[in-house]
Order: sequence, then structure tokens, then C-alpha cells
Amino acid sequence: MPKIKAPVRTPHIDMTPMVDLFSVLLIFLLLTASFRPSEATVITSPNSVSEKQAPDKDIMTIIINKDGTIFFNIDNGKDSAKHTRVDVLTQMGKQYNITFTPKELNDFGHWASFGMPIADFKKWLNAKDSKEKDKLQTGIPIDSVDNQPSQLFFWVRFSRLANPYAEVAIKGDGEANYKKVKMVMDLLQESKVNKFNLVTNLEKQEVTLKDLPK
Amino acid sequence: MAEIIEQEKGKKGGKRRPKKQSTRIDMTPMVDLMCLLITFFMLTTAFSKPKVMVITMPEKNKDLPKEEQVRIPAWRTLNIILTENDVVYYYVGNADPKKPPLPTLEKSDFSKDGIRKVLLEKNKDLFKQIAEYREKRISGKLLVADTTADAAIKKMKKEDMKGPIVLIKADDKAKYKDVVNIIDEMAICNIASYAVVDIQPLELEMLKTAPK
Repeated sequence: MPKIKAPVRTPHIDMTPMVDLFSVLLIFLLLTASFRPSEATVITSPNSVSEKQAPDKDIMTIIINKDGTIFFNIDNGKDSAKHTRVDVLTQMGKQYNITFTPKELNDFGHWASFGMPIADFKKWLNAKDSKEKDKLQTGIPIDSVDNQPSQLFFWVRFSRLANPYAEVAIKGDGEANYKKVKMVMDLLQESKVNKFNLVTNLEKQEVTLKDLPK
Repeated sequence: MAEIIEQEKGKKGGKRRPKKQSTRIDMTPMVDLMCLLITFFMLTTAFSKPKVMVITMPEKNKDLPKEEQVRIPAWRTLNIILTENDVVYYYVGNADPKKPPLPTLEKSDFSKDGIRKVLLEKNKDLFKQIAEYREKRISGKLLVADTTADAAIKKMKKEDMKGPIVLIKADDKAKYKDVVNIIDEMAICNIASYAVVDIQPLELEMLKTAPK
């Protein structure tokens, strides 16, 4: 009897639906993507029931991490033709007699949060890699020296001058000491900022009439 | 799943036909790339935007003479003192060294039966009013826009004359988390008026003798 040879077939899966699905997902993610800005430090925000969304633009953020190190961030504002960050740094340079080159100013315009004394600023801007940059982030000083307001005070002040619509947000780590936060708040109140946005995570909590003590 | 295109065996003799080319496209590299891109986007996209809690601090008016500063009735004031290890102390009224005895600090915490119960008890009337209003809206008996509802609730809070006026104070050992939590409790319990203020030296003294 002759052997019947089964024809050798290559197993074949139709991948079209999979590709379709992937395309849809990819397009969806591309369109909805709002990238997480690279933060200078890791913050675990405390929880609250507030459902108010943090504004995207016109916001200056003071970041306080677990160790009480202070970082600062300001966005370029709604009007992209304006270069708020560049203005702020130029003013800061004038205040502390540091001249920044146009390239340095331009570079700063694209960065996110930062936290170092103004003396280290040039070094930070010219640092080659992010590891070197991170090492320089020792926090913005908030103590006043020789009757001069602190550096954070000037950052806030020039930011407000550059963008009068900017709201102030405090993004503190839950484990941060209140003392530091209080110092920041006092400093802000000195700059006549009395309304703060505390950045939190949403955590629903329901209290109804039944919970009322009798 | 790459396909192996079988090569036609060249037959000897006969007409040479043009090779039949397979029209299938190998999609594997494309799928690979897509997988990578999707993973990348998933990891870098911030889906949940951070929320904010707005707090307005009392203005620090150093020039104002003492008499002109707002006076609040003592029985309405509820002082909340935050300290280390998430402990909450509270007392009613004023702590005045000239008028002994000093109020005693009650110990509480952030649990459901902790400070929230105290706040709800004190704010019963207003809380009931607001909760009933909200329930009416949810059940459909009352059809108003969100802004109208917010204004109505604001009005209720403004007109309330019995609820507590909460003064939140935190010592240096308190965590930022505690302060956020207590402000959050104010929102949960619909407290009409509250403020974050500095802790008094006298209260620091009181803390030392407070029940542990």
C-alpha cells in the first residue's frame, strides 16, 4: 500500500482582527495621551474627597517631598507665545546677579520642576545627564538670609509678576512634616497669596443622614 | 507565526510559468511594534488627573487693632489640635490663662467614630439640611442646575448660626497628611466655617499634660 502523505501545512493564524484592535488602542492612547511630566521628586499625595480638577495651565506648584525638600514649578501659561519661565529666570538672575545665556534660558523653558539654590542653577542647567542633575537638587532655600527674603519668596514673586493669573498649588507628600508646609504657607501669605490649592488624590467617602448621631 | 513560503519546485520541461507570488504580508513586525508602542503609551499616560482641594487662609492682618478682629462666641468654637502619630485633640471654647480652669483636651482620631462623630454631632442641623437637600436632588424631586444647588448650599452655610466654628491647629510634629485629612473632614461634615490657624503657646503647654 502506498503511503498517503499528508500535505505539510504551515499553521496559519489570521492576525487581522488583532491588528485592528491594536490599531484602535494605539490611536486612542495617542489621542488621549497627556504625558506625565517628569517630576524632580516622588510625591505620594494625601487623599481627599475633593473632586475639583487641578488646572492644567496657569499654575505654579510648590512641591514638598517626604524629607521636607522644596521644589518649584511654573508652567508657561495659557498663551504659548509668552515665555513665563524664561521671564521668571531672567528676573531671578537679575536679583542674584547671575546672567544666563539665551541657550540656558531656552533650555529652562522646557524643563519641569526644579529645586536647588540659585547659586547652583547654572550648574544644573549645564549638567550633562539626569543623574548629575538630580544630585544638584538639594531644595530651594526658604530661610531668609540677612533680612533678605528667601529665594522661594522671589521665585513666587517673579512668577506672579510674569503671570498674574497663576494660581498657587501646594503638592506635599503626606508624610512631610507640617512645620515645613506651614513655613511655605506663611511665606505665601507674605506674598499676599491667601488661596491655595492642595494637590490630593480622590478618595470617595460617603456620609449620609444615617450616620448622624442620634 | 511567520509564514514559510513554499517554493515551487521547478519542473523540468514544460513552459516556465511566472512564479506565483503569495499576496500575504507578514504582519509580525508590525504587531511587534504596535505592542511596544501600546505598552509605552500605557505606562506614560497619566489617566487620573490630580485633584485639588482649595483652602483659603485667613488674611494675616497685623495692623488691625485687637478690637476690630472678628470675635467669635466661645461656645461655638471647636479647637482641633493635631500632633504626632495621627492623634487628634479637641476642646470647646477658649483657653484663657486668666480664666481658669483650662479646658481639658479630649483625645480622638481619624476613624469613622473619631473626630467625625464629634463634628457631626456639633453640626447636626446644618448637615441634616444639606443632606436632605442633596437627597431631594438625587431622587428627582428637585430639579436644579449644579450651580444653583451650590449657591443654595452656600447660602445654608452662611445662614447657619448654630454650627461650630472650627479652628484647626497643628504642632510641629504633625504630618501634612493629618492637616489635609482634617480639612477633608470639614468638607465631609459640611462645616460652614473653619480656619487653619497658628497654635498658641498655651495650647502647647496643654498638649504636654493631655491624655496619651
